[in-house]
Amino acid sequence: MEKKDVLILAIESSCDETAAAVVKNGREVLSNVISSQIDLHKLYGGVVPEIASRKHIEKINQVIEEAMQQAEVNWDDLDAIGVTYGPGLVGALLVGVSAAKAIAYARKLPLVGVHHIEGHISANYIENKELEPPFACLVVSGGHTHLVKVEDYGKYRIIGKTRDDAAGEAFDKVARSIGLGYPGGPKIDRLSKEGDASAIQFPKAKVADAPYDFSFSGLKSAVLNYLNGCKMKGEEINPADVAASFQKAVTDVLVEHAMMAVREYGFDKLAIAGGVASNSTLRNAMEEACKKEGISFYHPSPILCTDNAAMIGAAAYYEYINGVRHGLDLNAIPNLKLGERYEG
Amino acid sequence: MKILGIDSSGLVASAAVVSDGQLLAEYSVNYKKTHSQTLLPMIDEIVSMIELDLDTIDAIAVAAGPGSFTGLRIGSATAKGLGMALNKPLIEIPTLEGLAYNLCPSKALVCPMMDARRNQVYTGIYRFQGTTLEVVEGQMAVSVTEVIEKLNALGKEVLLLGDGIPVYQKFIEESLKVPYLIVPAQNSRQRAGSVAALGLQYAKEGKMVSAAEHQPDYLRLSQAERELAEKKEREACSQKN
Repeated sequence: MEKKDVLILAIESSCDETAAAVVKNGREVLSNVISSQIDLHKLYGGVVPEIASRKHIEKINQVIEEAMQQAEVNWDDLDAIGVTYGPGLVGALLVGVSAAKAIAYARKLPLVGVHHIEGHISANYIENKELEPPFACLVVSGGHTHLVKVEDYGKYRIIGKTRDDAAGEAFDKVARSIGLGYPGGPKIDRLSKEGDASAIQFPKAKVADAPYDFSFSGLKSAVLNYLNGCKMKGEEINPADVAASFQKAVTDVLVEHAMMAVREYGFDKLAIAGGVASNSTLRNAMEEACKKEGISFYHPSPILCTDNAAMIGAAAYYEYINGVRHGLDLNAIPNLKLGERYEG
Repeated sequence: MKILGIDSSGLVASAAVVSDGQLLAEYSVNYKKTHSQTLLPMIDEIVSMIELDLDTIDAIAVAAGPGSFTGLRIGSATAKGLGMALNKPLIEIPTLEGLAYNLCPSKALVCPMMDARRNQVYTGIYRFQGTTLEVVEGQMAVSVTEVIEKLNALGKEVLLLGDGIPVYQKFIEESLKVPYLIVPAQNSRQRAGSVAALGLQYAKEGKMVSAAEHQPDYLRLSQAERELAEKKEREACSQKN
């Protein structure tokens, strides 16, 4: 008997993008609609939770309807509804979760809650049809920095994580300090290309007793101290050099830890994921390191690195296959841990 | 006409189905459990109790604000999701009108007050022409002093309800000069039955929106927006001086 295709409508609203997608068999994206609020939040220098939540409720139906239209599917074609239920901003998550539950209930469809970071990791499945667990994945975004062992579909183990700021957060703060504004990541990436990455030596923090953990607050302070020092001495600052040197310090640590994990655990595949995974310096450095190590390197295209629902659809598919189902009482869990499953 | 009513604007989560002149089911819970966990299971419970085929409802009436920002969004996102998936229109019932409709019909004025924190209440003043709700003062976020001044100026008997009453009861007793009664427990808080029943009046007046169009009316800016506006105002003032 021919295996039936599984079509999932996925919804993501954990931060400042309202997104919906239709994904076939976890790997084929039929539509991927993202409504970004970034211009609204620029006014405030960062994401304002209440404004984000208000924008989600305004856009959610349009985004879902567009995803369905672009995919040319109707409700009866769907096999399940996938939705991000954590981690993220609780008010923002609740919009997607409430809408997803209502749709699943009204159409009598199974509901599959998805962990946002597991979504980011699963973004790698979409363009790399051959990629299968086990592999190592470095997740770097505005809210997360995780080195993860993907043992199987739906089975994750955290090898290392940040002790303070997420990598993307450090990018945002440093960008602000050299007058680049929000969001910092892409702006630093662009400016770095005009700077000298060896101009300034910023420290690379190690966490005692936890070789795979990260710490970026020290680095951020070092950048701020450097800027202050220059100001006091009346020295001119070259923002491009600061950006490039800072970015190199972050990248070096991320690559070092990832390669250490690859050797220690014997991985032959490494993937990166999350918003910062579209940073060109990080991508190039990681690719180089993997080549040197003789292992395969995977990364999603920028549109799948940013918060999107296609990645949620990919993760939801494997959860669906594994038999994960959520009830009408599914709640948003803002601090949901990676690998954890909500038991109702 | 069959209407599903939803109200999760305050501490109460409530769901009801009204069909023509009858309340077929109503389920209200005033307890600490979060609305996101209770609201849809409650809807499911009444739907199965009355063996309702959701496809046969004509519209979904939702308490559309003001209220707790998150509570409103849980109700709205649920109504929007149901409306989209069932292809049904939504009826946006101002929360205070839904509350006032608990007391329909009544000869006295009706003044619901919801605790809005920051020394304010969400309130409005209503009266009934037969069973038709009429707005005397549309819903607003004001100090309790302000609404009491309005009631004193109107000089008519008034019925008070809502979770703002216990918060300001002492002040109300001291400053309200017109005859008043505080509504007893069964009608003193949000009821989805009232939201759905008032939904019938709205539907007859043609006041419906698509699920996509609906969004809550918070009556208030977010804190960040308010602070930004205040900052701009200060800057404009200092430039003038």
